[in-house]
Amino acid sequence: MYPILFLSFSGLITLFLGFFQEGKWVKPATILFLAIASISAFIDWNKPGAYFFNMLQVNNFNLLLSLVILITAILIVAISDNFKEIEYAHSAEYYAIMQFSLVGAIMMTNFQSLIMLFLGVEILSVSMYVLTGTDKRNLRGNEAAIKYFLLGAFATGILLFGIAMIYGGVGAFEIDAISGTLASNQAQSLFLYIGLVMLLIGLLFKLAAAPFHFWTPDVYEGAPTIFTLFMATIVKTAVVFALYRILHQSFQNMHLSWSYILAGCIALSLIIGNLSAVKQISFKRMLAFSSISHAGFLLLGLLHVSKTADKSLLFYSVSYLLASTSAFGVLLALKNERTENGRSNENISVFKGLATRSPFLSAVLIISMLSLAGIPLTGGFWSKFYVLTDAANDQFFYLIVLALLLTAVGVYYYFKPIITVFEKSDIQEAITINPIFKIIFVLTTLGTLVLGLFPDLLYGMI
Amino acid sequence: MLQENTALIPDMIKQIPLVNYVLLASILFVIGIVGVLIRRNALIIFMSIELMLNAVNLLLVAFSAYNSDPNGQVFVFFIMAVAAAEVAVGLAIIVMIYRNIRSIDIGLLNKLRG
Repeated sequence: MYPILFLSFSGLITLFLGFFQEGKWVKPATILFLAIASISAFIDWNKPGAYFFNMLQVNNFNLLLSLVILITAILIVAISDNFKEIEYAHSAEYYAIMQFSLVGAIMMTNFQSLIMLFLGVEILSVSMYVLTGTDKRNLRGNEAAIKYFLLGAFATGILLFGIAMIYGGVGAFEIDAISGTLASNQAQSLFLYIGLVMLLIGLLFKLAAAPFHFWTPDVYEGAPTIFTLFMATIVKTAVVFALYRILHQSFQNMHLSWSYILAGCIALSLIIGNLSAVKQISFKRMLAFSSISHAGFLLLGLLHVSKTADKSLLFYSVSYLLASTSAFGVLLALKNERTENGRSNENISVFKGLATRSPFLSAVLIISMLSLAGIPLTGGFWSKFYVLTDAANDQFFYLIVLALLLTAVGVYYYFKPIITVFEKSDIQEAITINPIFKIIFVLTTLGTLVLGLFPDLLYGMI
Repeated sequence: MLQENTALIPDMIKQIPLVNYVLLASILFVIGIVGVLIRRNALIIFMSIELMLNAVNLLLVAFSAYNSDPNGQVFVFFIMAVAAAEVAVGLAIIVMIYRNIRSIDIGLLNKLRG
Protein backbone atom coordinates (compact mmCIF):
# COMPACT_ATOMS: atom_id res chain seq x y z
CA MET A 1 0.00 0.00 0.00
CA TYR A 2 2.78 2.45 0.96
CA PRO A 3 4.62 2.08 -2.39
CA ILE A 4 1.44 3.33 -4.11
CA LEU A 5 1.26 6.49 -2.00
CA PHE A 6 4.99 7.10 -2.18
CA LEU A 7 5.31 6.65 -5.95
CA SER A 8 2.35 8.99 -6.62
CA PHE A 9 4.23 11.80 -4.86
CA SER A 10 7.74 10.93 -6.02
CA GLY A 11 6.51 10.98 -9.63
CA LEU A 12 5.45 14.61 -9.16
CA ILE A 13 8.81 15.48 -7.56
CA THR A 14 10.61 13.85 -10.49
CA LEU A 15 8.77 16.15 -12.90
CA PHE A 16 10.14 19.22 -11.07
CA LEU A 17 13.66 17.76 -10.82
CA GLY A 18 13.79 18.02 -14.62
CA PHE A 19 14.18 21.81 -14.26
CA PHE A 20 17.40 21.69 -12.20
CA GLN A 21 20.84 21.43 -13.83
CA GLU A 22 19.47 20.12 -17.13
CA GLY A 23 17.85 17.20 -15.36
CA LYS A 24 21.02 15.33 -14.53
CA TRP A 25 19.63 14.33 -11.12
CA VAL A 26 16.47 12.78 -12.54
CA LYS A 27 17.79 9.28 -13.17
CA PRO A 28 19.63 8.81 -9.83
CA ALA A 29 16.63 10.31 -8.02
CA THR A 30 14.25 7.90 -9.77
CA ILE A 31 16.37 4.90 -8.72
CA LEU A 32 16.45 6.28 -5.18
CA PHE A 33 12.66 6.78 -5.15
CA LEU A 34 12.06 3.25 -6.41
CA ALA A 35 14.43 1.84 -3.78
CA ILE A 36 12.63 3.77 -1.02
CA ALA A 37 9.29 2.52 -2.39
CA SER A 38 10.58 -1.08 -2.26
CA ILE A 39 11.67 -0.63 1.34
CA SER A 40 8.37 1.03 2.27
CA ALA A 41 6.57 -2.12 1.13
CA PHE A 42 8.01 -3.84 4.21
CA ILE A 43 5.99 -1.61 6.57
CA ASP A 44 3.06 -3.97 5.95
CA TRP A 45 5.15 -7.17 6.17
CA ASN A 46 3.41 -9.83 8.31
CA LYS A 47 0.49 -7.43 8.83
CA PRO A 48 -2.16 -8.67 6.38
CA GLY A 49 -5.12 -6.33 6.07
CA ALA A 50 -7.29 -4.21 3.82
CA TYR A 51 -6.94 -0.54 2.86
CA PHE A 52 -9.11 2.14 1.22
CA PHE A 53 -12.53 0.87 2.35
CA ASN A 54 -11.63 -2.76 1.68
CA MET A 55 -10.68 -2.05 -1.93
CA LEU A 56 -7.03 -3.05 -1.63
CA GLN A 57 -5.75 -6.15 0.09
CA VAL A 58 -2.28 -6.54 1.54
CA ASN A 59 -0.60 -9.80 2.48
CA ASN A 60 2.94 -11.14 2.28
CA PHE A 61 2.55 -12.69 -1.17
CA ASN A 62 1.13 -9.45 -2.62
CA LEU A 63 4.00 -7.51 -1.07
CA LEU A 64 6.47 -9.90 -2.68
CA LEU A 65 4.81 -9.23 -6.04
CA SER A 66 5.09 -5.45 -5.53
CA LEU A 67 8.76 -5.97 -4.68
CA VAL A 68 9.40 -7.99 -7.85
CA ILE A 69 7.75 -5.26 -9.93
CA LEU A 70 9.68 -2.44 -8.22
CA ILE A 71 13.05 -4.21 -8.47
CA THR A 72 12.49 -4.90 -12.16
CA ALA A 73 11.67 -1.22 -12.57
CA ILE A 74 14.97 -0.29 -10.90
CA LEU A 75 16.84 -2.53 -13.38
CA ILE A 76 15.00 -0.96 -16.32
CA VAL A 77 15.58 2.61 -15.14
CA ALA A 78 19.26 1.83 -14.60
CA ILE A 79 19.77 0.75 -18.22
CA SER A 80 17.58 3.53 -19.67
CA ASP A 81 20.64 5.73 -20.43
CA ASN A 82 18.65 9.01 -20.56
CA PHE A 83 16.71 7.96 -23.70
CA LYS A 84 19.40 8.85 -26.21
CA GLU A 85 17.55 6.96 -28.95
CA ILE A 86 14.62 9.43 -28.80
CA GLU A 87 14.77 12.79 -30.60
CA TYR A 88 14.04 15.81 -28.36
CA ALA A 89 13.72 13.57 -25.29
CA HIS A 90 12.17 14.98 -22.11
CA SER A 91 13.61 12.40 -19.76
CA ALA A 92 12.07 13.79 -16.54
CA GLU A 93 8.58 13.22 -17.96
CA TYR A 94 9.32 9.65 -18.99
CA TYR A 95 10.75 8.75 -15.58
CA ALA A 96 7.73 10.35 -13.88
CA ILE A 97 5.29 8.46 -16.12
CA MET A 98 7.16 5.22 -15.43
CA GLN A 99 6.66 5.78 -11.70
CA PHE A 100 2.97 6.51 -12.17
CA SER A 101 2.54 3.38 -14.26
CA LEU A 102 4.09 1.33 -11.44
CA VAL A 103 1.28 2.60 -9.19
CA GLY A 104 -1.15 0.96 -11.62
CA ALA A 105 0.87 -2.25 -11.75
CA ILE A 106 0.94 -2.56 -7.96
CA MET A 107 -2.79 -1.81 -7.75
CA MET A 108 -3.46 -4.63 -10.23
CA THR A 109 -1.65 -7.17 -8.07
CA ASN A 110 -3.20 -6.05 -4.76
CA PHE A 111 -6.79 -5.30 -5.70
CA GLN A 112 -9.73 -6.53 -3.69
CA SER A 113 -12.50 -4.63 -5.48
CA LEU A 114 -12.95 -4.76 -9.26
CA ILE A 115 -12.99 -0.92 -9.22
CA MET A 116 -9.32 -1.02 -8.22
CA LEU A 117 -8.60 -3.57 -10.93
CA PHE A 118 -10.07 -1.22 -13.55
CA LEU A 119 -8.17 1.79 -12.19
CA GLY A 120 -4.92 -0.19 -12.09
CA VAL A 121 -5.33 -1.45 -15.66
CA GLU A 122 -6.08 2.08 -16.87
CA ILE A 123 -3.25 3.81 -14.99
CA LEU A 124 -0.82 1.26 -16.41
CA SER A 125 -2.25 1.32 -19.95
CA VAL A 126 -2.62 5.10 -20.34
CA SER A 127 0.99 5.53 -19.18
CA MET A 128 2.11 2.92 -21.69
CA TYR A 129 0.23 4.67 -24.55
CA VAL A 130 2.18 7.84 -23.79
CA LEU A 131 5.53 6.05 -23.46
CA THR A 132 5.00 4.12 -26.72
CA GLY A 133 4.55 7.37 -28.63
CA THR A 134 7.47 9.28 -27.08
CA ASP A 135 9.49 9.38 -30.29
CA LYS A 136 7.20 12.00 -31.84
CA ARG A 137 8.92 12.43 -35.22
CA ASN A 138 9.28 8.71 -35.87
CA LEU A 139 6.44 7.42 -38.06
CA ARG A 140 6.89 3.88 -36.80
CA GLY A 141 6.59 5.04 -33.20
CA ASN A 142 3.45 7.01 -34.13
CA GLU A 143 1.90 3.99 -35.75
CA ALA A 144 2.70 1.79 -32.75
CA ALA A 145 1.18 4.39 -30.39
CA ILE A 146 -2.12 4.76 -32.26
CA LYS A 147 -2.49 0.99 -32.73
CA TYR A 148 -1.78 0.35 -29.06
CA PHE A 149 -4.09 3.17 -27.99
CA LEU A 150 -7.11 2.29 -30.16
CA LEU A 151 -6.94 -1.46 -29.49
CA GLY A 152 -6.11 -0.94 -25.80
CA ALA A 153 -9.07 1.40 -25.28
CA PHE A 154 -11.29 -1.08 -27.15
CA ALA A 155 -10.15 -3.87 -24.80
CA THR A 156 -10.80 -1.61 -21.80
CA GLY A 157 -14.38 -1.15 -23.00
CA ILE A 158 -14.88 -4.92 -23.15
CA LEU A 159 -13.27 -5.35 -19.72
CA LEU A 160 -15.63 -2.74 -18.27
CA PHE A 161 -18.69 -4.38 -19.81
CA GLY A 162 -17.56 -7.60 -18.13
CA ILE A 163 -17.20 -5.90 -14.75
CA ALA A 164 -20.67 -4.32 -15.13
CA MET A 165 -22.20 -7.73 -15.96
CA ILE A 166 -20.50 -9.35 -12.94
CA TYR A 167 -21.90 -6.51 -10.82
CA GLY A 168 -25.33 -7.34 -12.21
CA GLY A 169 -24.95 -10.99 -11.27
CA VAL A 170 -23.45 -10.55 -7.81
CA GLY A 171 -24.46 -7.07 -6.66
CA ALA A 172 -20.96 -6.19 -5.41
CA PHE A 173 -17.49 -5.49 -6.76
CA GLU A 174 -15.44 -7.26 -4.05
CA ILE A 175 -13.84 -10.52 -5.15
CA ASP A 176 -14.66 -12.06 -1.75
CA ALA A 177 -18.35 -11.33 -2.39
CA ILE A 178 -18.09 -12.97 -5.83
CA SER A 179 -16.57 -16.17 -4.46
CA GLY A 180 -19.14 -16.14 -1.61
CA THR A 181 -22.05 -15.88 -4.07
CA LEU A 182 -20.58 -18.61 -6.25
CA ALA A 183 -20.08 -20.92 -3.27
CA SER A 184 -23.65 -20.48 -1.93
CA ASN A 185 -25.65 -20.62 -5.18
CA GLN A 186 -25.61 -23.69 -7.38
CA ALA A 187 -27.40 -22.06 -10.32
CA GLN A 188 -25.39 -19.08 -11.56
CA SER A 189 -27.02 -16.23 -13.41
CA LEU A 190 -26.30 -15.67 -17.08
CA PHE A 191 -24.85 -12.24 -16.22
CA LEU A 192 -21.96 -13.88 -14.38
CA TYR A 193 -21.03 -16.07 -17.35
CA ILE A 194 -21.12 -13.17 -19.84
CA GLY A 195 -19.25 -10.98 -17.36
CA LEU A 196 -16.50 -13.51 -16.74
CA VAL A 197 -15.92 -14.14 -20.45
CA MET A 198 -15.70 -10.41 -21.26
CA LEU A 199 -13.45 -9.70 -18.27
CA LEU A 200 -11.17 -12.51 -19.45
CA ILE A 201 -11.08 -11.13 -22.99
CA GLY A 202 -10.09 -7.69 -21.69
CA LEU A 203 -7.27 -9.02 -19.53
CA LEU A 204 -6.00 -11.58 -22.07
CA PHE A 205 -5.74 -8.70 -24.52
CA LYS A 206 -3.47 -6.80 -22.13
CA LEU A 207 -1.45 -9.99 -21.56
CA ALA A 208 -0.99 -10.35 -25.36
CA ALA A 209 -2.31 -13.92 -25.46
CA ALA A 210 -3.58 -15.21 -28.81
CA PRO A 211 -6.19 -14.70 -30.32
CA PHE A 212 -5.96 -11.17 -28.82
CA HIS A 213 -2.31 -10.62 -29.79
CA PHE A 214 -2.57 -8.65 -33.08
CA TRP A 215 -1.16 -5.46 -31.63
CA THR A 216 1.85 -7.07 -29.94
CA PRO A 217 4.46 -7.42 -32.74
CA ASP A 218 3.74 -3.96 -34.20
CA VAL A 219 3.77 -2.18 -30.84
CA TYR A 220 6.87 -4.00 -29.59
CA GLU A 221 8.72 -3.14 -32.78
CA GLY A 222 7.61 0.48 -33.05
CA ALA A 223 8.06 1.54 -29.41
CA PRO A 224 11.48 2.70 -28.14
CA THR A 225 13.38 -0.41 -26.95
CA ILE A 226 13.44 0.61 -23.30
CA PHE A 227 9.63 0.88 -23.21
CA THR A 228 9.27 -2.39 -25.10
CA LEU A 229 11.22 -3.95 -22.25
CA PHE A 230 8.89 -2.24 -19.76
CA MET A 231 5.85 -3.62 -21.62
CA ALA A 232 7.24 -7.15 -21.91
CA THR A 233 8.14 -7.42 -18.24
CA ILE A 234 6.11 -5.26 -15.88
CA VAL A 235 2.81 -5.14 -17.76
CA LYS A 236 2.86 -8.90 -18.30
CA THR A 237 3.63 -9.68 -14.64
CA ALA A 238 0.92 -7.32 -13.35
CA VAL A 239 -1.74 -8.72 -15.70
CA VAL A 240 -0.95 -12.36 -15.01
CA PHE A 241 -1.33 -11.86 -11.27
CA ALA A 242 -4.55 -9.89 -11.77
CA LEU A 243 -5.81 -12.94 -13.70
CA TYR A 244 -4.58 -15.16 -10.87
CA ARG A 245 -6.61 -13.22 -8.32
CA ILE A 246 -9.73 -13.28 -10.47
CA LEU A 247 -9.63 -16.90 -11.61
CA HIS A 248 -8.15 -18.61 -8.55
CA GLN A 249 -9.46 -16.44 -5.72
CA SER A 250 -12.92 -15.41 -6.86
CA PHE A 251 -14.11 -17.61 -9.74
CA GLN A 252 -12.55 -20.87 -8.55
CA ASN A 253 -16.01 -22.48 -8.36
CA MET A 254 -16.58 -21.81 -12.06
CA HIS A 255 -13.35 -23.60 -12.97
CA LEU A 256 -15.16 -25.84 -15.46
CA SER A 257 -16.42 -22.83 -17.43
CA TRP A 258 -13.20 -20.85 -17.69
CA SER A 259 -10.67 -23.66 -18.00
CA TYR A 260 -11.86 -24.43 -21.54
CA ILE A 261 -11.51 -20.80 -22.63
CA LEU A 262 -8.01 -20.71 -21.16
CA ALA A 263 -7.07 -24.02 -22.79
CA GLY A 264 -8.04 -22.65 -26.21
CA CYS A 265 -6.05 -19.44 -25.64
CA ILE A 266 -3.01 -21.42 -24.44
CA ALA A 267 -3.01 -23.70 -27.48
CA LEU A 268 -3.37 -20.72 -29.88
CA SER A 269 -0.72 -18.61 -28.07
CA LEU A 270 1.81 -21.44 -28.12
CA ILE A 271 1.22 -22.27 -31.78
CA ILE A 272 1.03 -18.70 -33.14
CA GLY A 273 3.80 -17.34 -30.92
CA ASN A 274 6.36 -20.04 -31.64
CA LEU A 275 5.63 -20.60 -35.32
CA SER A 276 5.54 -16.88 -36.22
CA ALA A 277 8.77 -16.15 -34.35
CA VAL A 278 10.67 -18.56 -36.60
CA LYS A 279 10.61 -16.35 -39.69
CA GLN A 280 11.30 -12.96 -38.05
CA ILE A 281 14.34 -10.90 -39.05
CA SER A 282 13.89 -8.14 -36.47
CA PHE A 283 15.11 -9.09 -32.99
CA LYS A 284 12.42 -7.03 -31.27
CA ARG A 285 9.70 -8.64 -33.37
CA MET A 286 11.08 -12.06 -32.59
CA LEU A 287 10.98 -11.27 -28.86
CA ALA A 288 7.39 -10.01 -29.31
CA PHE A 289 6.28 -13.37 -30.71
CA SER A 290 8.31 -15.11 -28.03
CA SER A 291 6.44 -13.04 -25.44
CA ILE A 292 3.16 -14.33 -26.92
CA SER A 293 4.34 -17.89 -26.41
CA HIS A 294 5.49 -17.04 -22.88
CA ALA A 295 2.00 -15.64 -22.24
CA GLY A 296 0.75 -19.11 -23.22
CA PHE A 297 3.07 -20.71 -20.66
CA LEU A 298 1.98 -18.28 -17.94
CA LEU A 299 -1.66 -19.13 -18.66
CA LEU A 300 -0.73 -22.82 -18.46
CA GLY A 301 0.23 -22.16 -14.84
CA LEU A 302 -3.24 -20.67 -14.24
CA LEU A 303 -5.12 -23.55 -15.85
CA HIS A 304 -5.42 -25.74 -12.78
CA VAL A 305 -6.52 -24.37 -9.39
CA SER A 306 -3.80 -25.73 -7.12
CA LYS A 307 -1.92 -24.62 -4.02
CA THR A 308 1.38 -24.26 -5.86
CA ALA A 309 0.04 -22.15 -8.77
CA ASP A 310 1.11 -18.84 -7.20
CA LYS A 311 4.63 -20.12 -6.53
CA SER A 312 5.14 -21.44 -10.07
CA LEU A 313 3.76 -18.24 -11.61
CA LEU A 314 6.04 -16.05 -9.50
CA PHE A 315 9.04 -18.22 -10.37
CA TYR A 316 8.15 -18.07 -14.07
CA SER A 317 7.71 -14.29 -13.95
CA VAL A 318 11.02 -13.70 -12.17
CA SER A 319 13.04 -15.88 -14.54
CA TYR A 320 11.30 -14.30 -17.56
CA LEU A 321 11.94 -10.78 -16.19
CA LEU A 322 15.65 -11.50 -15.74
CA ALA A 323 16.11 -13.10 -19.17
CA SER A 324 14.15 -10.36 -21.01
CA THR A 325 16.05 -7.60 -19.25
CA SER A 326 19.35 -9.12 -20.42
CA ALA A 327 18.12 -9.70 -23.98
CA PHE A 328 16.68 -6.20 -24.50
CA GLY A 329 19.61 -4.71 -22.58
CA VAL A 330 22.14 -6.15 -25.03
CA LEU A 331 20.14 -4.64 -27.88
CA LEU A 332 20.18 -1.27 -26.05
CA ALA A 333 23.95 -1.51 -25.53
CA LEU A 334 24.36 -1.96 -29.30
CA LYS A 335 22.06 0.91 -30.30
CA ASN A 336 24.85 2.90 -31.93
CA GLU A 337 24.92 0.38 -34.77
CA ARG A 338 23.02 1.78 -37.76
CA THR A 339 21.49 0.33 -40.89
CA GLU A 340 21.96 1.91 -44.36
CA ASN A 341 18.96 4.23 -43.95
CA GLY A 342 20.27 5.63 -40.65
CA ARG A 343 17.84 3.92 -38.31
CA SER A 344 19.02 1.93 -35.29
CA ASN A 345 19.78 -1.60 -36.44
CA GLU A 346 17.35 -3.85 -34.58
CA ASN A 347 17.70 -6.93 -36.78
CA ILE A 348 19.21 -10.16 -35.51
CA SER A 349 22.19 -9.43 -37.80
CA VAL A 350 23.29 -6.66 -35.40
CA PHE A 351 24.87 -9.38 -33.22
CA LYS A 352 27.22 -10.45 -36.03
CA GLY A 353 30.78 -10.86 -34.74
CA LEU A 354 29.80 -9.95 -31.19
CA ALA A 355 31.88 -12.88 -29.85
CA THR A 356 35.13 -11.16 -30.90
CA ARG A 357 33.99 -7.57 -30.35
CA SER A 358 32.67 -8.06 -26.82
CA PRO A 359 32.81 -11.54 -25.23
CA PHE A 360 31.00 -10.19 -22.15
CA LEU A 361 27.92 -9.01 -24.08
CA SER A 362 27.79 -12.22 -26.10
CA ALA A 363 27.85 -14.31 -22.91
CA VAL A 364 24.96 -12.24 -21.50
CA LEU A 365 22.97 -12.65 -24.72
CA ILE A 366 23.61 -16.39 -24.97
CA ILE A 367 22.58 -17.09 -21.37
CA SER A 368 19.40 -15.03 -21.73
CA MET A 369 18.46 -16.81 -24.97
CA LEU A 370 19.11 -20.23 -23.36
CA SER A 371 16.92 -19.23 -20.42
CA LEU A 372 14.08 -18.04 -22.70
CA ALA A 373 14.31 -21.33 -24.62
CA GLY A 374 14.17 -23.34 -21.39
CA ILE A 375 17.53 -25.12 -21.54
CA PRO A 376 18.60 -26.77 -18.23
CA LEU A 377 20.95 -24.96 -15.83
CA THR A 378 19.06 -21.70 -16.45
CA GLY A 379 16.01 -20.31 -14.65
CA GLY A 380 13.90 -20.79 -17.77
CA PHE A 381 14.13 -24.57 -17.52
CA TRP A 382 12.79 -24.75 -13.96
CA SER A 383 10.07 -22.18 -14.62
CA LYS A 384 8.73 -24.28 -17.50
CA PHE A 385 9.13 -27.42 -15.35
CA TYR A 386 7.07 -26.03 -12.46
CA VAL A 387 4.34 -24.62 -14.72
CA LEU A 388 3.99 -27.88 -16.65
CA THR A 389 3.94 -29.92 -13.42
CA ASP A 390 1.09 -27.75 -12.14
CA ALA A 391 -0.88 -28.13 -15.35
CA ALA A 392 -0.36 -31.88 -15.59
CA ASN A 393 -3.68 -33.64 -15.08
CA ASP A 394 -5.75 -35.93 -17.23
CA GLN A 395 -8.13 -33.30 -18.55
CA PHE A 396 -5.68 -31.18 -20.53
CA PHE A 397 -2.91 -33.67 -21.18
CA TYR A 398 -2.73 -32.76 -24.87
CA LEU A 399 -1.76 -29.18 -23.94
CA ILE A 400 1.39 -30.43 -22.18
CA VAL A 401 2.37 -32.47 -25.22
CA LEU A 402 1.75 -29.42 -27.44
CA ALA A 403 3.79 -27.18 -25.14
CA LEU A 404 6.74 -29.58 -25.18
CA LEU A 405 6.64 -29.94 -28.97
CA LEU A 406 6.57 -26.17 -29.47
CA THR A 407 9.41 -25.66 -26.99
CA ALA A 408 11.49 -27.64 -29.47
CA VAL A 409 10.45 -25.16 -32.19
CA GLY A 410 11.45 -22.38 -29.78
CA VAL A 411 14.97 -23.75 -29.49
CA TYR A 412 15.37 -23.21 -33.25
CA TYR A 413 14.63 -19.48 -33.24
CA TYR A 414 16.32 -18.72 -29.92
CA PHE A 415 19.51 -20.25 -31.33
CA LYS A 416 19.50 -17.93 -34.37
CA PRO A 417 20.94 -14.95 -32.40
CA ILE A 418 23.42 -17.30 -30.71
CA ILE A 419 24.70 -18.56 -34.07
CA THR A 420 24.88 -14.97 -35.37
CA VAL A 421 27.10 -14.03 -32.44
CA PHE A 422 29.82 -16.40 -33.69
CA GLU A 423 29.65 -15.33 -37.35
CA LYS A 424 32.54 -13.27 -38.76
CA SER A 425 31.91 -9.57 -39.28
CA ASP A 426 33.79 -6.78 -41.10
CA ILE A 427 33.67 -4.49 -38.08
CA GLN A 428 36.31 -5.48 -35.53
CA GLU A 429 36.38 -2.52 -33.12
CA ALA A 430 35.67 -3.45 -29.52
CA ILE A 431 32.43 -2.23 -27.93
CA THR A 432 32.70 -0.07 -24.83
CA ILE A 433 30.02 -0.75 -22.27
CA ASN A 434 28.75 1.73 -19.74
CA PRO A 435 29.72 0.49 -16.19
CA ILE A 436 26.07 0.70 -15.06
CA PHE A 437 25.08 -1.61 -17.91
CA LYS A 438 27.82 -3.99 -16.79
CA ILE A 439 26.50 -4.16 -13.21
CA ILE A 440 22.93 -4.78 -14.40
CA PHE A 441 24.02 -7.47 -16.86
CA VAL A 442 26.06 -9.23 -14.17
CA LEU A 443 23.05 -9.12 -11.83
CA THR A 444 20.52 -10.44 -14.35
CA THR A 445 22.83 -13.13 -15.75
CA LEU A 446 23.88 -14.32 -12.29
CA GLY A 447 20.21 -14.31 -11.27
CA THR A 448 19.29 -16.50 -14.25
CA LEU A 449 22.10 -18.96 -13.46
CA VAL A 450 21.39 -19.06 -9.72
CA LEU A 451 17.69 -19.77 -10.41
CA GLY A 452 18.79 -22.54 -12.75
CA LEU A 453 21.25 -24.15 -10.34
CA PHE A 454 19.38 -23.64 -7.06
CA PRO A 455 15.67 -23.17 -7.91
CA ASP A 456 14.70 -23.88 -4.30
CA LEU A 457 16.26 -20.60 -3.21
CA LEU A 458 13.22 -18.79 -4.67
CA TYR A 459 10.66 -21.57 -5.03
CA GLY A 460 11.10 -22.81 -1.46
CA MET A 461 11.07 -19.30 0.00
CA ILE A 462 7.64 -18.20 -1.27
CA MET B 1 -28.74 -11.17 -6.21
CA LEU B 2 -31.02 -9.07 -8.32
CA GLN B 3 -34.48 -7.92 -7.28
CA GLU B 4 -34.41 -9.64 -3.92
CA ASN B 5 -35.53 -6.63 -1.91
CA THR B 6 -37.85 -4.98 -4.41
CA ALA B 7 -39.49 -3.04 -1.59
CA LEU B 8 -36.54 -0.65 -1.53
CA ILE B 9 -36.76 0.21 -5.22
CA PRO B 10 -38.87 3.30 -5.96
CA ASP B 11 -42.06 2.66 -7.98
CA MET B 12 -40.93 5.04 -10.71
CA ILE B 13 -38.02 2.75 -11.58
CA LYS B 14 -40.00 -0.50 -11.30
CA GLN B 15 -42.33 0.54 -14.14
CA ILE B 16 -39.63 -0.31 -16.68
CA PRO B 17 -38.20 -3.83 -16.27
CA LEU B 18 -34.43 -4.22 -15.85
CA VAL B 19 -34.09 -6.31 -18.98
CA ASN B 20 -34.97 -3.26 -21.12
CA TYR B 21 -31.99 -1.34 -19.75
CA VAL B 22 -29.70 -4.34 -20.26
CA LEU B 23 -30.89 -4.67 -23.87
CA LEU B 24 -30.46 -0.94 -24.57
CA ALA B 25 -26.96 -0.94 -23.09
CA SER B 26 -26.00 -4.06 -25.02
CA ILE B 27 -27.27 -2.59 -28.29
CA LEU B 28 -25.30 0.63 -27.71
CA PHE B 29 -22.24 -1.45 -26.85
CA VAL B 30 -22.52 -3.50 -30.03
CA ILE B 31 -22.95 -0.32 -32.12
CA GLY B 32 -19.69 0.86 -30.56
CA ILE B 33 -17.90 -2.41 -31.37
CA VAL B 34 -19.12 -2.37 -34.98
CA GLY B 35 -17.97 1.25 -35.30
CA VAL B 36 -14.46 0.35 -34.09
CA LEU B 37 -14.25 -2.57 -36.48
CA ILE B 38 -15.51 -0.98 -39.72
CA ARG B 39 -14.59 2.74 -39.63
CA ARG B 40 -11.16 3.89 -40.81
CA ASN B 41 -11.04 7.42 -39.41
CA ALA B 42 -9.18 7.49 -36.09
CA LEU B 43 -11.58 10.09 -34.62
CA ILE B 44 -14.69 8.07 -35.46
CA ILE B 45 -13.11 4.94 -33.95
CA PHE B 46 -12.39 7.01 -30.89
CA MET B 47 -16.04 8.15 -30.69
CA SER B 48 -17.18 4.53 -30.97
CA ILE B 49 -14.97 3.58 -28.02
CA GLU B 50 -16.55 6.40 -26.00
CA LEU B 51 -19.97 5.01 -26.95
CA MET B 52 -18.92 1.62 -25.57
CA LEU B 53 -17.84 3.19 -22.28
CA ASN B 54 -21.11 5.10 -21.99
CA ALA B 55 -23.10 1.93 -22.64
CA VAL B 56 -21.27 0.43 -19.67
CA ASN B 57 -22.14 3.48 -17.58
CA LEU B 58 -25.82 3.05 -18.40
CA LEU B 59 -25.68 -0.63 -17.50
CA LEU B 60 -23.97 0.10 -14.17
CA VAL B 61 -26.50 2.77 -13.23
CA ALA B 62 -29.40 0.44 -14.09
CA PHE B 63 -27.98 -2.43 -12.02
CA SER B 64 -27.21 -0.03 -9.21
CA ALA B 65 -30.79 1.29 -9.10
CA TYR B 66 -32.35 -2.18 -9.19
CA ASN B 67 -29.96 -3.47 -6.50
CA SER B 68 -30.48 -0.42 -4.27
CA ASP B 69 -26.69 -0.37 -3.97
CA PRO B 70 -24.75 2.89 -4.53
CA ASN B 71 -21.43 1.23 -5.45
CA GLY B 72 -22.34 0.97 -9.11
CA GLN B 73 -23.03 4.70 -9.36
CA VAL B 74 -19.72 5.50 -7.69
CA PHE B 75 -17.97 3.32 -10.27
CA VAL B 76 -19.60 5.41 -13.03
CA PHE B 77 -17.73 8.47 -11.73
CA PHE B 78 -14.47 6.53 -11.85
CA ILE B 79 -15.18 5.51 -15.45
CA MET B 80 -15.98 9.10 -16.46
CA ALA B 81 -12.75 10.40 -14.91
CA VAL B 82 -10.62 7.69 -16.50
CA ALA B 83 -12.35 8.17 -19.88
CA ALA B 84 -11.47 11.88 -19.73
CA ALA B 85 -7.81 11.01 -19.10
CA GLU B 86 -7.89 8.56 -21.97
CA VAL B 87 -9.39 11.20 -24.29
CA ALA B 88 -6.57 13.59 -23.40
CA VAL B 89 -3.90 11.05 -24.27
CA GLY B 90 -5.74 9.72 -27.31
CA LEU B 91 -6.34 13.12 -28.90
CA ALA B 92 -2.68 14.01 -28.28
CA ILE B 93 -1.61 10.87 -30.16
CA ILE B 94 -4.00 11.67 -33.03
CA VAL B 95 -2.70 15.28 -33.25
CA MET B 96 0.89 13.98 -33.25
CA ILE B 97 0.10 11.72 -36.19
CA TYR B 98 -1.77 14.45 -38.06
CA ARG B 99 1.29 16.72 -37.80
CA ASN B 100 3.47 14.04 -39.37
CA ILE B 101 1.34 12.63 -42.17
CA ARG B 102 -1.47 15.25 -42.55
CA SER B 103 -4.15 12.56 -42.26
CA ILE B 104 -5.85 10.49 -39.57
CA ASP B 105 -6.85 7.58 -41.80
CA ILE B 106 -5.57 4.48 -40.03
CA GLY B 107 -5.24 2.70 -43.39
CA LEU B 108 -2.17 4.88 -44.11
CA LEU B 109 -0.35 3.44 -41.12
CA ASN B 110 1.34 0.38 -42.55
CA LYS B 111 5.04 0.87 -41.84
CA LEU B 112 5.22 -2.02 -39.40
CA ARG B 113 5.06 -5.40 -41.10
CA GLY B 114 6.66 -8.68 -40.24
